[in-house]
Amino acid sequence: MARIIVVTSGKGGVGKTTTSASISTGLAKHGHKTVVVDFDVGLRNLDLIMNCERRVVYDFVNVIQGEATLNQALIKDKRVDGLYILPASQTREKEALTKEGVERVINELSETFDYIVCDSPAGIEHGALMALYHADEAIVVTNPEVSSVRDSDRILGIMQSKSRRAEKGEDPVKEHLLLTRYNPERVDKGEMLSVQDVEEILAIPLLGVIPESQVVLNASNQGLPVILEEDSDAGQAYEDAVARLLGEDREHRFLTAQKKGFFSRMFKGG
Amino acid sequence: MSFLNYFKSKKPKSASVAKERLQIIVAHERGQRAQPDYLPQLQQELVEVIRKYVQISDDMVQVDVDRNDHCSVLELNVTLPEK
Repeated sequence: MARIIVVTSGKGGVGKTTTSASISTGLAKHGHKTVVVDFDVGLRNLDLIMNCERRVVYDFVNVIQGEATLNQALIKDKRVDGLYILPASQTREKEALTKEGVERVINELSETFDYIVCDSPAGIEHGALMALYHADEAIVVTNPEVSSVRDSDRILGIMQSKSRRAEKGEDPVKEHLLLTRYNPERVDKGEMLSVQDVEEILAIPLLGVIPESQVVLNASNQGLPVILEEDSDAGQAYEDAVARLLGEDREHRFLTAQKKGFFSRMFKGG
Repeated sequence: MSFLNYFKSKKPKSASVAKERLQIIVAHERGQRAQPDYLPQLQQELVEVIRKYVQISDDMVQVDVDRNDHCSVLELNVTLPEK
């Protein structure tokens, strides 16, 4: 039985796909057979972030509609063993993700994988509901910014009433807060909500804090999940988050502004 | 920096304004979320019944549930059009 993790946020552009790519890569690096599924039908982008956009032949909707088998559609990652990508369809309507079809594919994936990471589209429409429906755990990606925090609370409410676990009266979906694009300097200046502020408002356990970092854009430019940039702060923050997801107790890092000394300015380019 | 900030005006920082606004709106929206899910349909059917007698539009009937410790109060607000 696989553990099913949805990466969701309500709001767009907060880092869901970046997070899905890094979390799934991290889980696979820890030796767990992992598949990451793109639920953003019509606006697929996970393939670009995972650098497999030119290897997509069949997609999620093809599998649902019986035009391809799961094995034909799954793309094996070239960098990390035990990591597979199921791309979204670029041409179909979101409604092509039927409830029964998604369930069948998830069940089939469950037989062979340890983790299924579902990359949700933005919004609270059909695609987002399909992505969260089967989840055992949810990573709620949030920016320290008013609209993102509000939308995160909204998606949490939806999860608490519309997920499979809620409908069947099972244990609730395990919720994790992942704060991304965090800028400790601006928090110090009182210009940005702090980790504690967001934790207090959303009242769910903190999985990790990813600092705002130029490395993230640099990595996505190259189709590299940022967790593979092992020397970078963002990469290490994702690695910590994966370890915590797997039950390890790790202290949170990168929460305070770095005092830049003369040498770090000289050698790290500020 | 923080030494200089000390002397600056005491205007509240934007982050604390954000936090306060969020706490209010999130609490409000959670309250609405807790409302029974039959409310929209109840509202619709009430509108239809009232329409048998008076011409009103959909938004002229407000249905809310207020929860106290001991009981819930169904609050029904109907605005009748002027004659």
